[in-house]
Amino acid sequence: MKEKPVFEEDLRKLQKIVDELSSGKLTLGESLKKYEEGVKIAQACSFTLGEAQRKVELLMKKDGKFSLEKFDDTDEGEEA
Amino acid sequence: MQKNKLERYGSASNSRSHKLKGYGSVSGEREAGHVYTVSEITQKIKTLLEEKVGEVWVEGEISNFNSGPNGHFYFSLKDQSCIIKAAMFFYANRGLKFKLENGLKVLCFGKVNVYGPHGQYQIVVERVELKGIGAQQLAFEQLKKKLAQEGLFDQAHKRPLPLMPFSVGIVTSAKGAAVRDILQILKKGAPCVDALIRSVRVQGEYAAGEICSAIEELNSFGGVDLIIVSRGGGSSEDLWSFNEEAVARAVYGSRIPVISAVGHQINTTLSDLAADIFVETPSAAAKIIVDRKNALLSEIADWKHRLDFSMKNAINGLGADLIALKHALKSPSDRLLEKQQFLDELLAGLNYNIRHSLELAKERSSSLIQRLGVLSPLAVLSRGYSLSMIIPKEEILKESSQLKAGDRLKTVLHRGSFTSIVQEVFRDEGKTGI
Repeated sequence: MKEKPVFEEDLRKLQKIVDELSSGKLTLGESLKKYEEGVKIAQACSFTLGEAQRKVELLMKKDGKFSLEKFDDTDEGEEA
Repeated sequence: MQKNKLERYGSASNSRSHKLKGYGSVSGEREAGHVYTVSEITQKIKTLLEEKVGEVWVEGEISNFNSGPNGHFYFSLKDQSCIIKAAMFFYANRGLKFKLENGLKVLCFGKVNVYGPHGQYQIVVERVELKGIGAQQLAFEQLKKKLAQEGLFDQAHKRPLPLMPFSVGIVTSAKGAAVRDILQILKKGAPCVDALIRSVRVQGEYAAGEICSAIEELNSFGGVDLIIVSRGGGSSEDLWSFNEEAVARAVYGSRIPVISAVGHQINTTLSDLAADIFVETPSAAAKIIVDRKNALLSEIADWKHRLDFSMKNAINGLGADLIALKHALKSPSDRLLEKQQFLDELLAGLNYNIRHSLELAKERSSSLIQRLGVLSPLAVLSRGYSLSMIIPKEEILKESSQLKAGDRLKTVLHRGSFTSIVQEVFRDEGKTGI
């Protein structure tokens, strides 16, 4: 699920890992661990961006209460 | 009748008697030579102007504008050569859609009157219409200036868009072309993005209010990363709601970043100016999100590349280290041989050094012996010199003062020696050269 804070946090983590790994200061064991983690995050982020599970909804408000309605965006309705 | 009047006004300054007579004939009751009080003549002029000129349309340019504390406006209307005072009282000016300001070309409708206490005539304006520029356009320019001064359009206030807006709020008509354009582009280019549509009227008298509440509602509903305020193209009247002060303020005041995408290229609305980003069309707004997604994807791919590269580098580096270490490692027998060789080298060096020192010593002693030979007195005697001593003291004889006649001498030659007796001594005869 695409939680924005998680996604942004992941991107920051990924960038940090890339920087650490390219600094060449890690031991082989550390490098392998970071590499594995980085690849995992990169894949997760790419997956999130590639997801096609989008929702299109109409936000309605009645008597001060919000509700959501499905919005059919395949509808080629009247032109404005 | 009108012609007569003009003639009379025109000749009024020619002679007093004529003027008085002329006026006399207008009022029909004053006698020639009558003297007015100031109030009387003012009243007369007032009546004359207010009745005979009365209500008029006057075209001119506003100058010396100022508004009094009670909300009344005072200004002048002028053209190239003349100027007339004007007043527009609060009851008349409160309905104005635009602000009066100096330099504005206007058509004023009003009544000429005389203000006795200042001895001034003026026009009391009831209505003002703009010349040239439309009233709506002027109102727009004035509002734009005001909001700009307040800082609503400042770059400093523009917020960056979220790294990736996964949930986009759309304020537009659910039936319009704008929403379909946006959704279609998102569906194709960034299907990971949710859309939350808050449908509003986008033109007409209620549009501005609905747009403002929709922005606020999307802010308070939560979970929305970005708001697109949008409307398809139309005439400038159609887009007018997006120029309303309330809409500009709502866009400016949104806690969530706002993209404004109203109309086409030529229309820049106040909503556009107040937004964090504005684009020319609804599609362009959606494209920003798609571009952002693609940029992120390629950035992530790039990072992944760098990860692989760094890892490969690290492994290659370790391999090289390993080879170097292998070279450094040697077997114990190799080490023994190495030590033996070193020892042999040392021994060889030692031998050489000893031999060398001996030779040096030999050389030194033979040179000393040679030097000794040179210094031996016997060597001197062999060259013809002799050595004499006084007997019996055997004191070596160096100068004649040591001698007296009759002394016995022993003289040593290169080979053999002899004795002799001194016959005569000569002193101080200097060095005898040989």
